[in-house]
Amino acid sequence: MTLEAIVEQLGLKCKCCWEKLKTEVDGGYAGDLLSDVMANSSGGDVWVTRQVHQNIVAVASLKEHAGIVIVQGASPDKDTLEKAQMEGIPIIVSDLSEFEVVGKIYHLMHYA
Amino acid sequence: MPGDEYLEGIFYVQGRDFVDAGIVSSEIKKKLKEKDIPESIIRKAAVVTFEAEINIISYAEQGTIQYYIESDSVTIEAKDVGKGIEDIELALQEGYSTADDSIRELGFGAGMGLANIKRFSDEFEISSVPGEGTFLKSTIYLNGK
Repeated sequence: MTLEAIVEQLGLKCKCCWEKLKTEVDGGYAGDLLSDVMANSSGGDVWVTRQVHQNIVAVASLKEHAGIVIVQGASPDKDTLEKAQMEGIPIIVSDLSEFEVVGKIYHLMHYA
Repeated sequence: MPGDEYLEGIFYVQGRDFVDAGIVSSEIKKKLKEKDIPESIIRKAAVVTFEAEINIISYAEQGTIQYYIESDSVTIEAKDVGKGIEDIELALQEGYSTADDSIRELGFGAGMGLANIKRFSDEFEISSVPGEGTFLKSTIYLNGK
């Protein structure tokens, strides 16, 4: 499934790197502790988080995530978007809670 | 012999500079890719360098991260000048942290950094002099253990 399909079907908003939305998503990870995400997420994951600062881009880039979904209506920092643009990491936002976003993406990927 | 080539890169890390956090790790990752180091090894090295970089930024005044590529391994060394670690056994325990709130707000300081470095290393050494600084060395074997 592509990131684009997730964005469209869940009505999410893409804040950066539309051109990368065709990226294939292999799985997902949810977490707000960056060391936890570093250790336990995988390349190709869509990463769901409530963090908004620019260090999330460094993590996603190092782990080669397909993209980041920021939840709970939070807005990524300006620096975060600039860095994401540079690194080519899609930043997607949702008004829903982390729990709901993860549930919906999981359902889409495994049962839809 | 190409397999015995010994390469080295050294990068400077400034304490408290969270804005640039990850730059050194990305740079080393890029260099390892250029050298055709296997993906699985690069993934481990990326975790080790990132955690080492974050530790210097979070707890030290300044430091360096350097790496070596040998025919059978990648080695990462992080050295810093700073307050050091009083009790290394305790610091290695997952969940133990001396991070202040400003670090925790960024999603760091959960007490996982050193544990992650150890977990993703095949060989791991750490030493510290309180009030002076910390040295750590991680070796990752190219062919697994």
